Amino acid sequence: MKLDSKIPSGPLAERWKHYRSTVPLVSPANKRKLEVIVVGTGLAGASAAASLAELGYKVKTFCFQDSPRRAHSIAAQGGINAAKNYQNDGDSVYRLFYDTIKGGDYRAREANVHRLAEVSASIIDQCVAQGVPFARDYGGMLDNRSFGGTQVSRTFYARGQTGQQLLLGAYSALNRQISKKQVQSFTRHEMVELVMVDGKARGIIAKNLVTGELERHSAHAVVLASGGYGNVFYLSTNAMGSNVTAAWKAHRLGALFGNPCFTQIHPTCLPQAGEYQSKLTLMSESLRNDGRVWVPSRVEDAQAIREGRLKASDLGEDRRDYFLERKYPAYGNLVPRDVASRAAKELCDAGHGVAPTGLAVFLDFEDAIRRLGRSTISARYGNLFEMYEKITGDNPYETPMKIYPAVHYTMGGLWVDYELMTTIPGLYAIGEANFSDHGANRLGASALMQGLADGYFVLPYTIGAYLSSEIRHAVPSVDHPSFVEAEQRALDFQNRLLAIQGKRSAESFHRALGKIMWEYCGMARSAEGLRHALGLLESLHQEFWSDVLVPGSLNSYNPELDKAHRVADFIELGRLMVWDALTREESCGGHFRVEHQTPEGEALRDDEEFAFVSAWEYHGPDKDPVMHREALNFEEVHLTQRSYK
Amino acid sequence: MMALTGLFLILFLVVHLIGNLQLLAGDGGRRFNEYSHFMSHSLLIQTVSKLNFAFIILHVLYSLWLSRQAHAARPQGYEGKPALQTATWSSRNMGILGTVILLFLIVHLKGFWYELKFGAVPSITYAGAPEPLHNAYQVVRAAYAQAWYAGFYILSMVFLGFHLHHGFQSAFHTLGLSNYRYKPLIRTVGTVFAILVPMLFALIPAVMHLQSLGY
Amino acid sequence: MENQSLRLKLRVWRQASSQAKGAFEMYELAAVPVHASFLEMMDLLNEQLIREGKEPVAFDHDCREGICGMCSLYINGRAHGPQRGTTTCQLHMRHFQDGETITVEPFRAAAFPVLKDLAVNRSAFDRIQQAGGYVTVNTGNAPDGNAVPIPKTDADEAFMSAACIGCGACVAACKNASAMLFVSAKVSQYALLPQGQPEHRERVLSMVEAMDMEGFGHCTNTGACEAECPKGISVENIARLNRSYLAAQLSGGGTSAVATSD
Repeated sequence: MKLDSKIPSGPLAERWKHYRSTVPLVSPANKRKLEVIVVGTGLAGASAAASLAELGYKVKTFCFQDSPRRAHSIAAQGGINAAKNYQNDGDSVYRLFYDTIKGGDYRAREANVHRLAEVSASIIDQCVAQGVPFARDYGGMLDNRSFGGTQVSRTFYARGQTGQQLLLGAYSALNRQISKKQVQSFTRHEMVELVMVDGKARGIIAKNLVTGELERHSAHAVVLASGGYGNVFYLSTNAMGSNVTAAWKAHRLGALFGNPCFTQIHPTCLPQAGEYQSKLTLMSESLRNDGRVWVPSRVEDAQAIREGRLKASDLGEDRRDYFLERKYPAYGNLVPRDVASRAAKELCDAGHGVAPTGLAVFLDFEDAIRRLGRSTISARYGNLFEMYEKITGDNPYETPMKIYPAVHYTMGGLWVDYELMTTIPGLYAIGEANFSDHGANRLGASALMQGLADGYFVLPYTIGAYLSSEIRHAVPSVDHPSFVEAEQRALDFQNRLLAIQGKRSAESFHRALGKIMWEYCGMARSAEGLRHALGLLESLHQEFWSDVLVPGSLNSYNPELDKAHRVADFIELGRLMVWDALTREESCGGHFRVEHQTPEGEALRDDEEFAFVSAWEYHGPDKDPVMHREALNFEEVHLTQRSYK
Repeated sequence: MMALTGLFLILFLVVHLIGNLQLLAGDGGRRFNEYSHFMSHSLLIQTVSKLNFAFIILHVLYSLWLSRQAHAARPQGYEGKPALQTATWSSRNMGILGTVILLFLIVHLKGFWYELKFGAVPSITYAGAPEPLHNAYQVVRAAYAQAWYAGFYILSMVFLGFHLHHGFQSAFHTLGLSNYRYKPLIRTVGTVFAILVPMLFALIPAVMHLQSLGY
Repeated sequence: MENQSLRLKLRVWRQASSQAKGAFEMYELAAVPVHASFLEMMDLLNEQLIREGKEPVAFDHDCREGICGMCSLYINGRAHGPQRGTTTCQLHMRHFQDGETITVEPFRAAAFPVLKDLAVNRSAFDRIQQAGGYVTVNTGNAPDGNAVPIPKTDADEAFMSAACIGCGACVAACKNASAMLFVSAKVSQYALLPQGQPEHRERVLSMVEAMDMEGFGHCTNTGACEAECPKGISVENIARLNRSYLAAQLSGGGTSAVATSD
């Protein structure tokens, strides 16, 4: 398969402008006749659906939650980047572009990232106009903060709820279109199959999660905005329902999957407290602006703390190892997420961890409280401190927080070209569901930016390139044999799950899958471990399909069946991630292969061999996937080894 | 609607209280009887009085409609009993409080308003007065001499206090007259009002009953 | 506290579908870790039920970090349980006693029909917002974000109103099943920002009308909503809505904006 990324030619900074001015347009009269399905209503999905409907397309949206507003974008805390340079600190489109490419460890496409940086400023304007209550300074101007390893203040925020406020903005725009009947919203619906007619995406089979019925929906194009797949690790900061099923069904039908092994581990999450735990909670990265990360220098002290014989306050400065400040003097506690996460893991592996599980490091505000006063700290992080106390029962004003890295975001996703179209004509992937902009590692506060950039400002233009030539086709009838066949596939899949009647719940398989992935395909990966994981996943797959117990029936409200369905797809995805990690014989960003590190233990890239996007093709659950390469050409940026020393 | 009628009734309470306090003037009821005469012969007062009755009825009818709405909005109630209630007792029991107050009103109107208007009321002629006046004071004194009557009045005023405690500030809220700045003030004034006004009302039967016992 | 666990009796509302008649069922859990969240306790219950060949309890949940608003549950007579300012997913079992019987009911309101067991349909909230909970501005049509300065106090107050997560606890806790806190928070966010002014009057009228059509009860200012709101949305929003609504009605006929703010 030849991958055509459709990157326009010309100077990097002019490409998007030029593309926009030359992309074929669809006349207003024709837009009315064109229908688009959007799966997922997070930042990307809601903003795309609203913008497409404003242009005049007929849109249908689908979400598994009970309201579009509950998509997991809602949970983003920290902020959204934009190259506004309101702070006059030297920011620019180029700098945001450069930081994103560099932060992604040179595994993202230059043209996509530049476009992202270009449209970032418009996102802020759009959101302000919608009534998003961003933080403001006393002069009434928008406030910014520096975020996660950048040296300029370009992050816009709304307390610890930036995700919710941005999503409510997009949701309000969506609501406006729903009230105008331009958008039809289907809630508590999950896409369970993609429908292809004559090689093009022409619709979906959606399951009504309340009645269990399968519904056929046809359209001229299908947009997947179904989010990331971090839940393959079972424990992650994702919502319980976040899943890969929509993307995976597309993958099974021929959409290539890009860089599946690129996952981001977030350093400041609450450590796991017990087996029963269902998810991990993120504490905003902004905490690292004032908190200092440390572990006891001596393993004995760490052990005493784990066993409750010593408290953090019992250790004087000489017995503490502020390891991020020690190892990375220039950036200190603000090193990028992957660097901070791996350093914490290394020290815990060496016996310095502080929670009963041994898997936690301290995040200490004692100095900051002394320097700035309790009230300043409370004004900055009050809500986060409260949340921490609510969950753990500890008061962070008095004892240091305990944190540990957790899976947070997946940079990989469906492979898309410059127009955000997958390798299936008419099927688009936007937001976290695609692989496009973050390379091997995402910068803090860039997920919200990408989701909204794709939805508001990229897809509404690029989809025209495809739809302008689709006007001559009417929407296929849902009685078309392709719909009948796709519905049957979905039905068979569920019936198979129900028929097994084994002994273990889907949840227990999910937990087992998560353990394998975290252990062998998590923060540090080795060829040996990954090969071992392939074997484990193979047996898990077989065990799942012979021993899962799904209670209830098909045509009813049956969350267990839906969960089993998602877990089945996650197991297959896990296998693909391991394949990808095994094949990528280098370390870059969130992908750290222990065989490939510098003498100081830093990620060692291999730009000669691996400056490419791996795009995987599905050949069946028990066949090896096939990798295709999209070479990455860097014209503007000079590749350097990242150094945060 | 509850707020507008309620606020009017609150205003009425003040006027009514000022008048009634003359029962305690210690002049054998002369000022009260003069006041009573003035009230029953002023066209304005009589109009306001009619309005007052209308508002009471409206207040009651609307409250009935509200409870029906509330029931329709939650046909099936909860079984779990909270260890701690999150809304004040009075706000949760306005219906019960109101019903007791309505009962009181019926007794009250029957006892005084009906008696004075349609009953056989003794007359009294004061020196220097052009005509004899109804001796309303006499009627009141006789009524309050009965312990159960005075007791019922005093108890009803307690209910009125709780009703006002919620009703006063609630009315301002419903009319949108409350905000962060004025809310504490409204709360305080409301609470003082809800204690003071019923207390002064209750003082009348209490004092007059004690007087009847010869204190 | 470490390694402690609780023995619990659960009295859980079971209802097969919207049409079916429901009833309470008793379940026992032998060892619930004190650090588990309430929903993780429900997970344990469901694992147990699945093992016993019984149907697990349906309940809504998603983000489990207190922001998506998907979780609900009326626990021991309180929306989202006994802790103030907490969603059910952030309620931890350390707040319960060993041996305690916990009553778990769905949010109850005619406008929130039960779908199954503890899961209810809250799409009435979506419909209210579709009636006017937005600013009419097309993508690409926005002036610079700093073109209109917004006083920090207004921006902060708008944020406080916008912090609503749409969970419906206000409706569940209100003795009248009124949705006034929710609607007023939405209206207030726009009322406090300049961007919301041009459509303010129409927004107030149409959102209130939509609310009434959904069959929510009336507000009698008991304040239970504010006390039970996991995000601490203030009833001052309701006063603001009342003020705006009266003003909008009085100025009826014209289409000019009615600015209301404190």
